This record gives sequence, structure tokens and C-alpha cells, in this order.
Amino acid sequence: METSHSLLQMHSLAEKIQQEFPNGFVKAVEWRGDIAVIIKREFLHDIAKYVHDDPDMDCDYMVHVSSVDWPDDEERFEVVYEVYSVRKRHRLRLKTRVPESDCIVDSLTDLWKGADFMEREVYDMMGIRFRHHPDLRRILMPDDYTEGYPLRKDFPVQGKGWRDTFEFLSEAQ
Amino acid sequence: MGLIQIGRHEKDGQSDVIVTTLERAVNWARKGSLWPMTFGLACCAIEMIAAVSSRYDMDRYGAGVFRASPRQSDLMIVAGTVCRRMAPVIRKIYDQMPEPKYVIAMGSCATSGNIYDSYSVVQGVDRFVPVDIYVPGCPPTPEALFDGILKLQERIMQKRVFTKQPDQVKLKA
Repeated sequence: METSHSLLQMHSLAEKIQQEFPNGFVKAVEWRGDIAVIIKREFLHDIAKYVHDDPDMDCDYMVHVSSVDWPDDEERFEVVYEVYSVRKRHRLRLKTRVPESDCIVDSLTDLWKGADFMEREVYDMMGIRFRHHPDLRRILMPDDYTEGYPLRKDFPVQGKGWRDTFEFLSEAQ
Repeated sequence: MGLIQIGRHEKDGQSDVIVTTLERAVNWARKGSLWPMTFGLACCAIEMIAAVSSRYDMDRYGAGVFRASPRQSDLMIVAGTVCRRMAPVIRKIYDQMPEPKYVIAMGSCATSGNIYDSYSVVQGVDRFVPVDIYVPGCPPTPEALFDGILKLQERIMQKRVFTKQPDQVKLKA
């Protein structure tokens, strides 16, 4: 079966990362045919560079960047990168944890240009900053939005009043 | 041959003369040439487009000339979810429309925010523009939109043209 073949291929990718970076590798998890490699934050950029440049890895396409809030965990936020190799047709998920007190990871925009807007979205919605990002501004919310980061679990669903304040109405009168 | 003849029509003998008030004549002309603005925000716009197409034919009610500029239109159909970031744009468009102007809130989202009780969604477009007709539905069918337009035409027929509207008259204290 082709699926099991590609799954084996992905397992070998995870093993290669483990051999290459024994200190940065935490564990590899398989879930419904996808491999996620959980790595330490300090090694994120090195491992991403390896995944991007190594001829066996050859992951030239950044599929998406997202983030997860685990409010009960010590290292609260999780940044998820999903990369794909167009030539070799395999995909890999890189996950790393970030504590709330030091909410910053290395930007991967120097490896994949496509990470630019997606990292901005993670910054906008979750408040995780990206070191060496060329243009880290809010992307969905207005630049002068002051209520915080809406996708965090402790953010009230209805917001903090912005949706009901229409300052342009008072300007017109 | 003139359009209005005093006396009887030569074919069927019916009278060609209509007796009415000038106000009713102006309102009749206004209700028969509503020029809506092309303005779709979400899935309701698909139903609005269907209402204009040949199967339903909104032109029957004189409301089929969709304009791309607010300066040429007198009916704003707010079709879809209104995000808070879109609100000042909608207000600016409304302010650019020439009088007399009418607003239809099409669908539950434009009426009340629908299920999107969220930080970014305005809970009803009537928070910042005056709404004449609310059309319920998620999304409303073209028939429902026609019902709204017919109700709006009934409303237009009741408007005062040369005197102030009853709610604009200030009573002496």
C-alpha cells in the first residue's frame, strides 16, 4: 500500500532528525498517518534549516504555521510548522513549546518566504513573537488594536468592547 | 397623440385621466426605480445574486439596476456578516449615498450577528446605520428578499415628500 510506504518514509525522516539532533529532539508522534516531530525551541531554526537543505529531506514548501494554547501546561503555547517536499511528496510537522513568560521563537522566514504572513497571523492572534522576522505587525486585526490576542484561551469570546465602539459615529456628529 | 387625453379613449372607451396627489406620484416613481448597490459580504450575497438573475428576476420590482458606486444608488442591501473592521467602510458608503436612501439588512448576520457572538463581529448593522427593513433567514431565499423589497416599497409609499416626516416634526414645548 502506498500510504504505509509513505508512512515508513516519514518515520525514517523522524529518525534522521533524531540522529542528527539528539539534544533538540524530544519525541515523534504519529496521528492518523501524519508524523509530528516535537523539538526544543532552541534548536528550531537549526532543525528547520536541516529539513530545508538536506537532500533526503528536501522540504521546500511551507504548508502552514499555526499555534495552540494549552492554558494548564507549564510551557503554555505550541508553535506548529508543517512543511512539505514537492519533489519527494512527503510532509512533516514540527512542533515546539513556548512559555508565556518568554513568548518568542526564531522566525523561519529566511528559509521559507511563505512563512512571513503566517507568522504574522500567529503573532496577531496568539501573541507569540518571532525573532528576526522582517515585518512583524498585526495582519488581521487593526494595527492599533489594544485588546490583546484574541485566540488565547483566557480572552473573552465577546471581546472587551471593541466590537460595540464606533468612534466614527461621534466624529460625524 | 398625447399620452393623457381628456375624455374617453378611442379604443375601449375607458378614461385616460388619473387623479392623485403629487406626493403619491413622486413616491410611486421612487419605489419603482430602486437602484441597489453591489454590496455582498458573505453567503447572503449569493442569494442576492440569484435574486437578480433571470430565474427570479428582481428587475420586475424595478430594483435590478445594481450600481458599483454609492453615489448612483439609493438602496443598500447589507448582505452578510459585518465584521467590526468593515463597519467604518459601510458607514462611509452609506454617507456617500444621495437622499432619499434606504437600507435592507439581509439575513440574520446583518440583523443581529447570528451565531457569531464573537469579538470581531458587529451584533447587527443597525448599530451604526439606520435600517428600514430586516429580512430574516440564513441565508434568506430570493423570495424572502423580494418580500423585503415589496415591504420597503409599501414603506416608501407612506413617506412624506414635501413636508417633514412625522417623526422629524418638533412640537413646541
